[in-house]
Amino acid sequence: MTIMMPAADEAVLQRKDSIVAALRQIVPGEGVISSAAEMLPYESDGLTAYRQPPMVVVLPDTTEQVSQVLRYCHDNGIKVVPRGSGTSLSGGALPLADAVLLGLGKFKRIREIDFENRAVVTEPGVTNLAISQAVAHAGFYYAPDPSSQIACSIGGNIAENSGGVHCLKYGMTTNNVLGCEIVLITGEILRIGGKTAESAGYDLMGIITGSEGLLGVVTEITVRILQKPETARALMIGFPEVEAAGECVAKVIGAGIIPGGMEMMDKPAIHAAEAFVHAGYPLDVEALLIVELDGPSVEVDELIKRVEAIALGCGSTTCQISTSEQERALFWAGRKAAFPAVGRISPDYLCMDGTIPRGQLPLVLRRMQEMSAKHNLRVANVFHAGDGNLHPLILYDANQPGEIERAEAFGADILKLCVEVGGVLTGEHGVGIEKRDLMPEMFSDIDLAQQQRLKCAFDTQGLLNPGKVFPTLHRCAELGRMHVHGGKLAFPELPRF
Amino acid sequence: MDILKVRDAADVEQVVRAALANEQPLEIIGHGSKRQIGQPTATNAVLDLSALNAVTSYEPNELIITVGAGAPLADVLSLIDSKNQHFAFEPMNPAALLGSGSDAGTIGGMLAAGLAGPRRIKDGGARDHLLGAHAVSGFGDSFKTGGRVVKNVTGYDLCKLLSGSWGTLAVMTEVTIKVMPRPECQRTLVLRGLDDIEAVRAMTAALGSPFDVSGVAHVPASSLRASDGALAALGAPQTALTLFRLEGITASAEHRAVSLTKMLAAFGAAETVSDDLSAPLWQAVRDVSPFAAAGRLGAWPVWRIVCPPAAGGRFGQALAHETGGEVLYDWGGGLIWAALPPAPDAHAALVRQRVEAVGGHATLIRGSEAIRQSIDVFQPQQSGVAALARRVKNSFDPKHILNRGRMMREAAT
Repeated sequence: MTIMMPAADEAVLQRKDSIVAALRQIVPGEGVISSAAEMLPYESDGLTAYRQPPMVVVLPDTTEQVSQVLRYCHDNGIKVVPRGSGTSLSGGALPLADAVLLGLGKFKRIREIDFENRAVVTEPGVTNLAISQAVAHAGFYYAPDPSSQIACSIGGNIAENSGGVHCLKYGMTTNNVLGCEIVLITGEILRIGGKTAESAGYDLMGIITGSEGLLGVVTEITVRILQKPETARALMIGFPEVEAAGECVAKVIGAGIIPGGMEMMDKPAIHAAEAFVHAGYPLDVEALLIVELDGPSVEVDELIKRVEAIALGCGSTTCQISTSEQERALFWAGRKAAFPAVGRISPDYLCMDGTIPRGQLPLVLRRMQEMSAKHNLRVANVFHAGDGNLHPLILYDANQPGEIERAEAFGADILKLCVEVGGVLTGEHGVGIEKRDLMPEMFSDIDLAQQQRLKCAFDTQGLLNPGKVFPTLHRCAELGRMHVHGGKLAFPELPRF
Repeated sequence: MDILKVRDAADVEQVVRAALANEQPLEIIGHGSKRQIGQPTATNAVLDLSALNAVTSYEPNELIITVGAGAPLADVLSLIDSKNQHFAFEPMNPAALLGSGSDAGTIGGMLAAGLAGPRRIKDGGARDHLLGAHAVSGFGDSFKTGGRVVKNVTGYDLCKLLSGSWGTLAVMTEVTIKVMPRPECQRTLVLRGLDDIEAVRAMTAALGSPFDVSGVAHVPASSLRASDGALAALGAPQTALTLFRLEGITASAEHRAVSLTKMLAAFGAAETVSDDLSAPLWQAVRDVSPFAAAGRLGAWPVWRIVCPPAAGGRFGQALAHETGGEVLYDWGGGLIWAALPPAPDAHAALVRQRVEAVGGHATLIRGSEAIRQSIDVFQPQQSGVAALARRVKNSFDPKHILNRGRMMREAAT
């Protein structure tokens, strides 16, 4: 519990009763929750190590209500924490004691399916998977597929710019969203983009996506949908060394092959997954690669051969190729269940999310083993190998005094290492509170100031989701101050013509 | 006119800081190949980035290249081509359309303009390929954003904002861009003689198929008239062309070409054009060759209209009919290029009224300086969005030093 949240404003807490009453005027009935017992489900998200009951929970079901709630909070200086399904792994939806928790769970209607323009217009509380299910009868799907897709909301996906195993080929959320309706903290309702490939003016959709609930509350989303590939097959390849698996990944990409998914697991992850789902994973290998090729069968068959040959050349010791949908699903079953599988062998685990250049994988895994010894904690690795996104799972026991602190220190070391080798702090889980204090590892004060100035363009009082993403809060007036540097536009030393 | 040819990012910082102290707006250029696009900027000082032309690193296995913003696009394309890679968004070269020579400009200009070609429907635009940038804001501060890996959600994604911002937010100095393997082969199916509405129907069917088309364009017969090059040769004598591109490994592209031909049978019997003959067709679509400045329609203003693709056929046909203009469709109808007969406002009022009705937007890409001075070159936005865009601009460049007025008209100061 090393991350400090902004101190609660006592003056706001004392006004709680009048705030709750005002919110009830806007959202009638059961849409306002203020009893401690009923607020319990909202006190945490997917980052369960952190818990905090909110001051009050509001569950509006129209854009107009969202607008009125935000305007009220804006006018009265009350903080707001937006929440979708609450599956964030970085604490993006962690409540604050003096904030309104604004849940979008009642926005669960798909508003329009437009096959001709290959677009779906949906409310933000709809789950990621439900969009694919709604268009499956016509052979379409929504491409980004985070592991939590059965539960996570599309609004949350926008906030986090969620990825998934297929984003190497099909992109993350930002590459698959066309437009939205967004409510600013002032209550102003804006429409950005639409059913067009590009929107006019600045790419505001691009900046809203991945903004972790700090810029506005999205109340409608237009996503693009794709036709499902004709077929998909997977290879399950075992390697006696992690280096060989890493080399295989590089060579597949180098050969111009972009698989639908390319996942790696290390030995501890393989063993945990196999014990849990019995997928038939080889237990005598150091690394396992699952490579999925999708497209017309003639293409998939050809690429399977090419990948198999590359793997053999890299010293693979086992290679199974799926011959049926059941078999392909089985290959994936262990990978998809890797987190709960690790949950079975350890009371608690922390899931990290750095990205590294693919070529640095062997070095990073080696250094991670050294760190594991130093912190005296086990680590299992699953890895979106195709795009360099690591998910080390640090195993610990919260009941042992000091273990969570050691786990967090281990995690911080891993993320610093990711940055050191040319990577980034988070590939798909978001900064939230979890990586907030590590931001200076990657960004200078100036870099962060520019990002915070942009925040000011949306939210001058800093009321939306404060305490997330940025390690230090600055007032907008301070950020906007110009440092007038001396000088004239003479520059005798610059070449001109 | 002062031209400040900077040598490195530190120079850029210095120039912007000095400009700030003097409240002197700067026009930011690479090679200046797209200077004729946008509202004319009100300044007599030019910041020239062409000397920031180094390739910092190129890592084909990591699918990334890091280059100075002033690196010539043509050089970078031939470098990555040597490793069988390309920019999948197929950046347009507007030189022939604008009549500004043949130079495709610089990497910085490519990103700032964000003009993606036919493959945008499949692989996205420039904004989907810019992974990281070093830039100097209108505060005179060097900052970085993004990184050198494909998958990254650390902090706000400022790369998206910088792409397509026409140099109005910050001066990019060095950028990391995603490169992709170049497809082994391409096949283009050609349908002849469809009218615009039938053509958009055929293109919609292809885009809704599992055959992974990477380009869908329609060139009406009248737009081909008196133009030359690959499209005109294929279309002679004057038949409308509807084109469908399939790319990938040979066996796959051929297989999908056969399947798509069957699916499109109701629209006519498709011919197949392969590799060397196919590529120039798509280059002509990408660069809007039928409307080239040197051609018959060279004196006409040209609009770039983005709309919901299925609405494209009706929209384009009506616009051409009402103005006596010519149109060309890319992105399955989602991108319409319109060359319209000369008019004092380049038909802006009509274009804007029509495009708003279908939920699209229009940009005047070719027009005289007088016209660009008097109309909104970029689509005016709904007032709340426009106000937000101004606040975003101010968050990067509060004194409007960088390309003042290029995207949004403002009162001269």
